Amino acid sequence: MQIGVDVGGTNTDGVILSEGKVLVSEKTTTTEDVGDGVFNIIKTVLTKGNISPDKISSVMIGTTHFTNALVERKKLQKIAAIRLSLPAADSLEQMIGWPSDLIDNINPIKYFAKGGYEVDGREISKLDKDEIKKITEEIANKNYKNIAINSVYSPLNSEMELEANEIIKNIIPDANISLSHSIGKVGLIERENATIINAALANLAVDIVESFKNALKKLNIDAPLYISQNDGTLMRPDKVKQYPVLTFACGPTNSMRGAAYLSGIQDSIIVDIGGTTSDVGYIKAGFPRQSAIATDVGGVRTNFRMPDIISIGLGGGSLIRDNGNKVGPDSVGYRLTEKALVFGGETLTATDIAVKHYDLDIGDKSLLNNLDESTVKNAKKEITRLLEDAVDKMKTSAENVPAVFVGGGTILNKENLNGISELVIPDNFAVANAVGAALGQVSGEVDRVFHYEKLGREKTIEQASNEAKQLAKEAGAKESSIEINEINENPLAYLPGKSVRLQIKAIGDLENY
Amino acid sequence: MDKLTLDKIDDFLRGTAFLGTGGGGNPYVGGLMLRQELEKGFEPKLIKADEVDDDDLILPIANMGAPTVLVEKLPNAKSAVKALRKMEELMGKKAKALIAAEAGGINGTLPFIVSAYTGLPVIDADGMGRAFPELQMCTFGVYGVNCSPVIVRDEKDNEMVVNAENNHASEMFARVICMQMGTKSEICLYPMTGKQMKETSVHHTVTLAYEIGKSIGDARVKGTDPLEGIVDYFKNSFDKRFCKLLFQGKVTDLLRETTDGWARGEVKITSLTDPNDSILVKLQNEFLIALKDGKPLAMVPDLICLVDLENAEPITAEDVRYGQRVNVIGVSTPPNMRTKAALDTFGPVPFKVYDKFIPIEEIK
Repeated sequence: MQIGVDVGGTNTDGVILSEGKVLVSEKTTTTEDVGDGVFNIIKTVLTKGNISPDKISSVMIGTTHFTNALVERKKLQKIAAIRLSLPAADSLEQMIGWPSDLIDNINPIKYFAKGGYEVDGREISKLDKDEIKKITEEIANKNYKNIAINSVYSPLNSEMELEANEIIKNIIPDANISLSHSIGKVGLIERENATIINAALANLAVDIVESFKNALKKLNIDAPLYISQNDGTLMRPDKVKQYPVLTFACGPTNSMRGAAYLSGIQDSIIVDIGGTTSDVGYIKAGFPRQSAIATDVGGVRTNFRMPDIISIGLGGGSLIRDNGNKVGPDSVGYRLTEKALVFGGETLTATDIAVKHYDLDIGDKSLLNNLDESTVKNAKKEITRLLEDAVDKMKTSAENVPAVFVGGGTILNKENLNGISELVIPDNFAVANAVGAALGQVSGEVDRVFHYEKLGREKTIEQASNEAKQLAKEAGAKESSIEINEINENPLAYLPGKSVRLQIKAIGDLENY
Repeated sequence: MDKLTLDKIDDFLRGTAFLGTGGGGNPYVGGLMLRQELEKGFEPKLIKADEVDDDDLILPIANMGAPTVLVEKLPNAKSAVKALRKMEELMGKKAKALIAAEAGGINGTLPFIVSAYTGLPVIDADGMGRAFPELQMCTFGVYGVNCSPVIVRDEKDNEMVVNAENNHASEMFARVICMQMGTKSEICLYPMTGKQMKETSVHHTVTLAYEIGKSIGDARVKGTDPLEGIVDYFKNSFDKRFCKLLFQGKVTDLLRETTDGWARGEVKITSLTDPNDSILVKLQNEFLIALKDGKPLAMVPDLICLVDLENAEPITAEDVRYGQRVNVIGVSTPPNMRTKAALDTFGPVPFKVYDKFIPIEEIK
């Protein structure tokens, strides 16, 4: 049996899966101490299902904690950033364009050193070990421990970053070093931004991972712990300690993956209606379609793999105004159960509309007796319009596709919408994100420039695919389950030899699944 | 506009992306560099073409290479300044002003960054009126300015001077050097007199970029439709461009391939209301032609721009993705970009996308 936990900003949800079925699920409020919250939710589902801890084979946790730490500028470390690039790529300093309060918060020291690669693999200049030593000694003197290293074209060749890492480790053995090639793709600035954020989160990552581990220990759970990545696959705790930034955006990914799983539909629109917003995404082969556009996190431009979602201001707590003609985008949020009319409050919310329209057994229906019929009708129409617009934007063809609705706000709409072939509301729709976390697949990815001229297109892709599969295996995937999930070809203009940047991702189930 | 100030930079960058017609590189990195200079308090001076004397030395400055490399190695301002100084040395006189070789994409910002280092004013004009992929595809050359000598250099101070038999040869040799430099070079080319500049350039393109970007930005602030903002702008603009919405739809197919060192491709855009109604936009770094049922809606050198359906943000060719909802906008180009000589250099025939040029305003 697997335990899936989703630690959101407001709610912490938990499920226990057995042979792919949801045995128990529960929703609780997120606590100040994240470890306590995880302890509580797991204890609750174990007790509720009367399940002994030794029956658990793995625990998967998805958390927005690291994203929130950045957005709220909390618990971030001061960092040193080193760019290996000279004499190239020095025309923009590190952290250009960042919000000034964030820069003040992480109080950076910045260095440029020789190194880096050309697009064709040649060295821009050799790594100068003495130069790195000198920089490291300065960093040590200033008592900085969190260091971000970024070399030009590190996604094509990671050697210099690894070499610099060794030198620094020798001088500052307890340094937390983030290497850009493990974090981002081509795009120096965006990759460096992500690497610096990662370095700033390193200590928090250790604390959080330890608190998760301790919670499991206290619960006598001996099973391995995994943590969700932004692309819907899992990482081991040791990797999260090194790369907390890779957990960014796992929340929406998990809810979409969970929705696809619960519904049994592999290609569909997913609508996750929460308290304040709805996330609309697209699932292809069970995985969220990725966004191709640079994404801002906490005001910083990055190039993370993020699910391609649009968020609209529609949720269970959305305010209804103008005789029902205006819905949201503001919401009573987590205070729904005190503010909404149906709970004895004084604010007309989308939940009230749904309760009245569908005659639901939520709160005290009689409190809605005076609610004007035309307001309900108008608001319902507006909710439908907002959803149809969002669904239409996510579609890739004019054909009608199925849509799976999940999240606590699913009550807002029960009818089929224009553009949808079938509306599916699966069982356990409210805890889809925890289910998504429990789904336990791992991935291996190749992202480099290849030259088709040497081996031809077919052979090159085959070789790169095998490499991705090997990486998936190394990440813990069962060999027989590994398949190629994604192939992206991006021809590089102006380059000879039919140069193509190939991004190939292999995924597979965990061994113990 | 007579100065490029911090408050104008977002609109200006958005406009250069629009004029990039899908190519020219994403202006983001150049924008950061420019912002870095402006935040130090420098305000690049923008002058009109007729503000320079006929015998002044005017120098175009640009980045050559692949947009994908520029986001990794970054344009190098110091190297660009040295390219400029080398050209001055060869010409035996000091430059009086800078000009963009290419108004669209990242090269629209580079002269302003160099201006921050040198104090030289930037002329409100360029040599392409948009973005093109090769050095000879430039009105300077079309109307008789020699592309050579071309200073091609990099951050390691490798510096080559290309003197070639014609502008096309200048492109070929400079390209080989550029690749050896890591597919990114700072170049100074088409050295010209003030008189030549006035006669051969596409005028007011810096102002144009800023005002296009502003029309989009203003509409967003006012909450009106940014597409209308663009169309209205061109209708009333100083050089009376013809502008129309060519199509509205969703990207439903995307084909990209590399042939002969080019990123070629096709984008299929399908109507939001009628699945049988679609257009095809062909690209070779830039969007070159929009076809509906095999018939052209607009073609190079007229501008074909893809912008986001909601917020009208221009979309570069490498950022086009499946499912994107877009408006396809066509804009006419000024007369000096449509003469026989111009079309022989950068019209539909040399790009091999159509057998003759038909101006957008003549297509029903």
